[in-house]
Amino acid sequence: MSDNEQRLRRTMMFVPGNNPAMLKDAGIYGADSVMFDLEDAVSLAEKDSARNLVYQALKTVDYGNTELVVRINGLDTEFYKDDVYAMVKAGIDVIRLPKTETADMIHELEAVVVEAEKKFGREVGSTNLMAAIESAKGVLNANEIAGASDRMIGIALSAEDYTTDMKTHRYPDGRELDFARNMILHAARANDIAAFDTVFTNMNDTEGFMRETEYIHQLGYDGKSLVNPRQIPMVNQVYAPTKKEIENARGVIHAIEEAKIKGSGVISMNGQMVDRPVVLRAQRVMNLAKASNLVDEEGNYIEE
Amino acid sequence: MEIKHTAIAGTLESSDIQIMLSQGTNGIEINLESDVIKQFGDQIKQVITDVIKDYGIDNAKVKAVDKGALDCVIKARTITAVQRSIDATEPNWEVL
Repeated sequence: MSDNEQRLRRTMMFVPGNNPAMLKDAGIYGADSVMFDLEDAVSLAEKDSARNLVYQALKTVDYGNTELVVRINGLDTEFYKDDVYAMVKAGIDVIRLPKTETADMIHELEAVVVEAEKKFGREVGSTNLMAAIESAKGVLNANEIAGASDRMIGIALSAEDYTTDMKTHRYPDGRELDFARNMILHAARANDIAAFDTVFTNMNDTEGFMRETEYIHQLGYDGKSLVNPRQIPMVNQVYAPTKKEIENARGVIHAIEEAKIKGSGVISMNGQMVDRPVVLRAQRVMNLAKASNLVDEEGNYIEE
Repeated sequence: MEIKHTAIAGTLESSDIQIMLSQGTNGIEINLESDVIKQFGDQIKQVITDVIKDYGIDNAKVKAVDKGALDCVIKARTITAVQRSIDATEPNWEVL
């Protein structure tokens, strides 16, 4: 879990599962996570084709350190079990379940994942899970869903289906999503997993995209689902710490090291006590700074 | 294993390959169209042949139109075409 808590998940880029050109290039844009889609981006007649293609890509293409996620077809479809089996066999990092409404749906998925891990000789427990919340019921059950399994690494809001379920649609200011966003974020934090915001589909509205990203960053979201690689640097820019934040974080980490050398249990900086939340925040700032190439290996701020 | 009927997989988009598989009588016959046939023709045919043989199919006619597909794409599309041509109800985990 420690690796999971530290892992940055600012950007999760959606890649249609039946598109060879996009599958091949998915790793080069610097997304923290890539999500191969077997569900909505693939027509019913091509479900088998997309599954085979994503499988072969996972076995062949080098995606580096990118976290690899696949969105499988829903529990109520005929494709679901073969999707899970194929993706577990391919060694996917995370399986994302769409339209999650209850903790039992995660339990049901986990049972099939365990079957597949045993069948294909993969370590039981090596496949992580995440849930997409796309309905009022799912939002109200977010906490149980987030805590349904030790394999859970995150939950995501999927606003298109959700707003339809709520008898509304998406507005530029996003106020219709306020309750869902906060519920999902709290469920994620209460269960120590990541929270992903929904996609922003109007590629021509850069200003709206930045406003929404700044808003979800302020709320405390780990990151955002994306449909276009052009959005990756924009999100990273919002999540990049300022020079002042970095210097402060370095100070905290320096104080920890000093306390360790002295063998002192109490950490202090500028005469103030440094407690656990401050330390965790400092570590996250330094992780973000490294990911944004704002500091060197030793944590020194790189002047422009 | 025998091919039951003609089946197609893949598209004509860039980086893809379209495979059409039908019944044959004279081993595995491949008709390949590709801009890189001189450099990679033999390799593309080899990938297609290997998959068909993995399914235990001895006779097949293949029409392949390559748009610059990687080996993993050629393999995936051939698997899908074979699965469709034999009316397979679930993936063949040994071949995949």
